[in-house]
Amino acid sequence: MTNRSPHAGDLDPVTARTRFPRSFPSPLRSHGAAMAIFLSLSGVLAWGYSIVGVSPMRFMEGIGKLGSIALLMLPPDTGDWAKFLTYLYALAETVAIALLGTLAAAIVAFPVALLASRNVLANRVVHFASRRILDCVRGVDELIWALVWINVVGLGPFAGVLAIATANAGIFGKLFSEAIEASGRGPVEGVLSTGGNDGHAVRYGLLPQVVPVLLSQVLYYFESNTRSATIIGIVGAGGIGLHISEQIRMLEYQHVSAIILMILVAVALIDRLSSGLRLAIVGTRAAGRA
Amino acid sequence: MGMHGAIARLPDGQLDPLRDAYRAAVAARRRRTLVGSAILLAAVLVAGGVAEIDLRRVAENIHRLPDYVARIFTLDDGRPVWRDPAEWMWGVGYWTRLLGETVLIAYLGTATGAVLGFFLCFFASANLAPGGWTRVASRRCLEFCRTVPELVFALLFVQAFGLGPLPGVLAISIHTAGALGKLFAEVVENIDMRPVEGAKSCGASWSQAIRYAVMPQVASNLASYALLRFEINVRGAAVMGFVGAGGIGQDLIEAIRKFYYPDVSAMLVLIILCVTAIDLATERLRHRLLGWEHQR
Repeated sequence: MTNRSPHAGDLDPVTARTRFPRSFPSPLRSHGAAMAIFLSLSGVLAWGYSIVGVSPMRFMEGIGKLGSIALLMLPPDTGDWAKFLTYLYALAETVAIALLGTLAAAIVAFPVALLASRNVLANRVVHFASRRILDCVRGVDELIWALVWINVVGLGPFAGVLAIATANAGIFGKLFSEAIEASGRGPVEGVLSTGGNDGHAVRYGLLPQVVPVLLSQVLYYFESNTRSATIIGIVGAGGIGLHISEQIRMLEYQHVSAIILMILVAVALIDRLSSGLRLAIVGTRAAGRA
Repeated sequence: MGMHGAIARLPDGQLDPLRDAYRAAVAARRRRTLVGSAILLAAVLVAGGVAEIDLRRVAENIHRLPDYVARIFTLDDGRPVWRDPAEWMWGVGYWTRLLGETVLIAYLGTATGAVLGFFLCFFASANLAPGGWTRVASRRCLEFCRTVPELVFALLFVQAFGLGPLPGVLAISIHTAGALGKLFAEVVENIDMRPVEGAKSCGASWSQAIRYAVMPQVASNLASYALLRFEINVRGAAVMGFVGAGGIGQDLIEAIRKFYYPDVSAMLVLIILCVTAIDLATERLRHRLLGWEHQR
């Protein structure tokens, strides 16, 4: 401790290393764990690809075919105007499915979220049960829900609405209850202390805090559901998905690329609309991202 | 109750304009809410017409949902499934193998997509992109990858690569690259730029600056996003089989379409168990990763 360390500029790397060995740990010690994780992840990757049966030959062959498919897609063309209008109507149906499904999910999820949040209802059994039910609903993909609902209400966009609503009710239930649990206790206590009952506390203490957050989450999911609703038709639950899978199976690739283009434009428009509305409601662009 | 006297009140002359302003503000808010609700209602009515919503049909058919749920939890001989779990789970070995394939598809898709997204995110970020046009090009590319639904990619890849898990892996990879690339770019845009400037001032190249000045700042965040995506992709991989792209979906859709009721519930229960287990595991890992982030 008595000898002063020389000015950093006087040190060459070799003397620095010998004088301050703790500042130059071996890479194996400092990064050993990360390297081991990285190597095992890559090992599983290589093993997995050999399991799914990819060989360079098969891969190159597929890429070649994919290239010719891409060439067949150009230029995008729907053939005639009647077809274009059919696709346009199906696209409108897709957006309608997303809108109604998202709204229905939000309406169903809100009371469940109140039950599932610790600060509104202190009953641990109800809390636990509603959480697990939400988990189960969330664990199943929209397309599976669509198949189940088709068995109940028949083929058509209505089954799609119900599928989006069910899957999203699970998601919203979780997001809403997290937002409610994150809300401040102060306003609620304020309402209670001035003689309000529990209903008043929820209406005037809780809702003004959480409604903007919930609305922006709903808007964000409206956009994301527009994307999901485009494929729900693949199993017969309405929207543009039916047409896209049909045209791919009939090898009408120009129609396929035209439909994909229409989807891209529609999603971009909805994206604009929902982020604009989110900005107006919450005041920040990022708040809706959960 | 004597507290009231202690509250100082403004004289009415000063209070009235404030009161009026308050009322006007409340009225403006009410009007805005009302207009918003009216627009929403109109949109719902139009959408209801387009989506052929018939509330009468709902009322007539809604009893079929509990019927269906009861039906899938009933064995062919009429007993509920929990009375004879062995009969219910007769195919558990086979289904578990398919579920394993599903998780493998999700893993390969996530890992490949994360690697692609990782390389693209530096070109797409506002602060590190080497050139203006590369930034625009890589952003458009990422946008395309995440907007086209993965099942559409899967349908196309099934035609190019044939049936099996490979088209599913590729479809998930591309979609994941688009989704993660965007999130990664956002993380990279929020870094502290001083280390980068420091590294560059010592003569580091672009890639060296990324390795030694950017990576330490972002690595745990990127890993956490990739884990979150893995969770989403397990769900997505479960339905890849609907279009012939591997996993448990093929058998599930067959069981649903051919009315093998108890099989449907057995597979759904297995899927939910698997997804929940993965959710819990990744949530733990992510909290750990973000914990590291806060210690730094």
